Amino acid sequence: MEVNEQIAIDHGLKSDEYKKICQLLKRTPNITELGIFSAMWNEHCSYKSSRLHLKKLPTKGKKVIQGPGENAGVIDIEDGDAIVFKIESHNHPSFIEPYQGAATGVGGIMRDVFTMGARPIANLNSIHFGSPQHKKTKNLLRGVVHGIGGYGNCMGVPTIAGQTSFDSSYNGNILVNAMTLGLVKKNKIFYSKAAGLNKPVIYVGSKTGRDGIHGASMASASFDEKIEEKKPTVQVGDPFTEKLLLEACLELMAGDSIIAIQDMGAAGLTSSSIEMASKGNLGIEIDLNKVPCRETKMTPYEIMLSESQERMLIVLENGKEETAKKIFDKWNLDFAVIGKTTNSKNIELFFNQEQVTKIPVNILVENSPMYDRKWKKSKLPKKNKIKNEVLKELKIKDVLKKILSNQNICSKEWIWQQYDHTVMGDTIQKPGGDSGVVRVHGTNKAVAASVDSSAVYCWAHPLTGGKQVVAESWRNLISVGATPIAITNCLNFGSPEKEDNMGEFVECVQGIGEASKYLNFPVVSGNVSFYNQTKEVGIKPTPSIGGVGLIKDYKKMISMDLKEIDNLVLIIGKTEGHIDQSLFARTILDEKNGPPPEVNLFNEKNNGESILNLIDKEYVKSAHDISLGGLLVAISKMCIKGNKGIKINKSKNLMNEIEYFFSEDQGRYLIEINKEDLKEVTKILDKNSVYYEEFGIITKNDIIINEKTKLTIDELKSYYTSWLAKYMS
Amino acid sequence: MKSSVITFPGSNCDRDMDVALKKFGFKNKMVWHDDNELPKSDLVVLPGGFSYGDYLRCGSMASKSKIMQSVINFAKSGGLVMGICNGFQILVETGLVPGVLLRNKYLEFICKNVFVKLDNKENAYFKNLNKDILEFHIAHNEGNYFCTKDQLKEIKDNNQIAIYYCNSEGKIEDQYNPNGSIKNIAGIFNKEKNVLGMMPHPERMIDESLSGEDGSLFFKNLLNNIK
Repeated sequence: MEVNEQIAIDHGLKSDEYKKICQLLKRTPNITELGIFSAMWNEHCSYKSSRLHLKKLPTKGKKVIQGPGENAGVIDIEDGDAIVFKIESHNHPSFIEPYQGAATGVGGIMRDVFTMGARPIANLNSIHFGSPQHKKTKNLLRGVVHGIGGYGNCMGVPTIAGQTSFDSSYNGNILVNAMTLGLVKKNKIFYSKAAGLNKPVIYVGSKTGRDGIHGASMASASFDEKIEEKKPTVQVGDPFTEKLLLEACLELMAGDSIIAIQDMGAAGLTSSSIEMASKGNLGIEIDLNKVPCRETKMTPYEIMLSESQERMLIVLENGKEETAKKIFDKWNLDFAVIGKTTNSKNIELFFNQEQVTKIPVNILVENSPMYDRKWKKSKLPKKNKIKNEVLKELKIKDVLKKILSNQNICSKEWIWQQYDHTVMGDTIQKPGGDSGVVRVHGTNKAVAASVDSSAVYCWAHPLTGGKQVVAESWRNLISVGATPIAITNCLNFGSPEKEDNMGEFVECVQGIGEASKYLNFPVVSGNVSFYNQTKEVGIKPTPSIGGVGLIKDYKKMISMDLKEIDNLVLIIGKTEGHIDQSLFARTILDEKNGPPPEVNLFNEKNNGESILNLIDKEYVKSAHDISLGGLLVAISKMCIKGNKGIKINKSKNLMNEIEYFFSEDQGRYLIEINKEDLKEVTKILDKNSVYYEEFGIITKNDIIINEKTKLTIDELKSYYTSWLAKYMS
Repeated sequence: MKSSVITFPGSNCDRDMDVALKKFGFKNKMVWHDDNELPKSDLVVLPGGFSYGDYLRCGSMASKSKIMQSVINFAKSGGLVMGICNGFQILVETGLVPGVLLRNKYLEFICKNVFVKLDNKENAYFKNLNKDILEFHIAHNEGNYFCTKDQLKEIKDNNQIAIYYCNSEGKIEDQYNPNGSIKNIAGIFNKEKNVLGMMPHPERMIDESLSGEDGSLFFKNLLNNIK
């Protein structure tokens, strides 16, 4: 087939990008080469709209072993141990085919982690659906949950935490972000940088089929009414093969055969081979007839662009082929020497003894387009004036009932019960808490992880929203007693070609950067997903932040369930009564405008560190951060989980009760302490200038507020637990 | 006491079982599915997971793997063989224990703590246990035990029902049945009671920081009974 500009445009390339390709090659590319360019230069692989802004994120720190640019980030957790982790989106495929889309998202991120030599020890996910009333939502939710479970459960990796939200902006474009943590010895980390000439290039794993061709290009375009036609671009997952691949790779990695290893994810063999060559400043030569194929008569174009799952590319030391083959034979996986490294600095492909591709690697990587897209700055919206009369008419009990059973607050047990969260025998905090926690097997240490996003805040004011998500991730780790170390981010946005959406991206990234810098909570890995929109409408900006922290002595881990009657509950951080953009404002007042709560990074850091100090001194019996829904929602969850009540006395001279109980001011936590420790605790808080209030005293059952409002724990439980199960039944 | 845990391709609770057995004093060996011979063992465990991906009927491929002939012979000669979760599915497929395991009633994977009531303590697994109700943990998609009326009569007559799903007080009712199992059955024996298949994972309940500690009771007791 003769290549021309129209064919290039059909491949998702822009007209000037095609011209640039011809110019750089000094000729017209053939169809295979055009396919390779389209795979490498699409938004998903090249980060062409985001690179400029991502550069500004803080990525370094004392604990950072590997920042962005590898398969995943790596942090130091002492004693020679390291955690490899990353979050990645699989939004577009999951909307087209929820089960396979979500499953292969989970498979892909686990591969990113074990490619680096780490055994996956925990999975998390952040999933966002359209309005519950939308006709597709139920099936999408069911399919995604089954897909995540289907893959993760079979792999035997516990899914320990997650986040689910519903918002009509996702009606035509759901979000599925999957995160994995792996454990590795610091001196056994594997990278994707090829080195040395004439080293054998090995293909292992599943055979290559025609599935997923153009998957990455599909993920780089908006949806329209022809979306169903794109089903063949969705990959099909095989967790069993991935489990074998995991064990085989780890077995091979225990020796010294591997020079470089890279999984075949988006853009398959194309991006994996080019990345390895590019990082090593080498050339690579592949005989495509040697690639194990599942189907007959596959063309070079199809082989290079297939996104068949569960495949890896390895550069081996010379002479290690037999050792490696033995291992893959044992696990019944395909193994083929398909090429070698060269000094040509070209990628050269052969098929039926003919050269079908010859492109200088640097053209594909360093010369890939980078855009400084136009973007629009957001103004901070004006505060709403909420009339006191409106608030006074509301009964606390009615409001709490509505908010606790709201789809974005209620218990997600229906979801996480379908995920194996206890396999591997080290899960010490299950889903439903502030963070999931797994022990580092055989040690006294544990790793905490949480995934968060606040699309509503980001939509109202991206800069504040970006900061807030990082702060919330930080608080969720602190609440379980973990010292926050680093984050990974999955940036889900609309079209970068629209100034509004691009502005949301730029300012969210700026907010994330500011907060992570201030909190010394660097970004070590991540991914960008643009074009999350259907026709002209983009989703609410949704950066998901995956935070990871370390608990040095797992016996000191904190959970949110109230522990003991007569203990005191303190509020850490000041309640100012910020109602705009709260769940209360949206669901009760139907008010969607106004600024999100302000994020004061000094207070975040100070309050968080002070709580860690109290936890270390063993004063804290339970803790929970106050986020979506506000104070009363936070204490309700603590009561429900601990099966205890609380007597709350709010002094009358403060703000209106509704504002007090349902505002979403940041930087706040609830902590439970022993009465006798009050003096010592307040001494420490005072010394650190941390604002606190005595909130209430723990009782056997019932939440009682100022003697006049009374709710039983059973009532609270039924509000909190019934919505999702009922919706899905 | 010597134990062996079989690793099939796709097993994923083999390590957890190894950890548990060793913690309570077993000398455990991991045995590869493709081996011919079992090492000398007092107990053989078929662990949980998704053997061969379980793309066919769960456990059916594994029941035909090389090592299984040796496991079957061991069981037939009176050796203790315990199948947990996928291991139970494999046992059913070998015919060592009667019945089948169907997909969970609500067609969803389920991972949570459950209570089980012991029905029969006249065996090496539960003899001398000072509790009748244990808190165990389940994590499966196909744990809905089913058998014919005749089989049910037979296993009842032979006291082959090992554990039932129940509540914390030991009430065996439909509402405490997580997966639709016939008569709330969570585990059964062969006629001779040396082979036990059960859905719950005692190996996930061996430490106060985990889901509970009734697994510890189970393993300690088992070791004492074998000694």
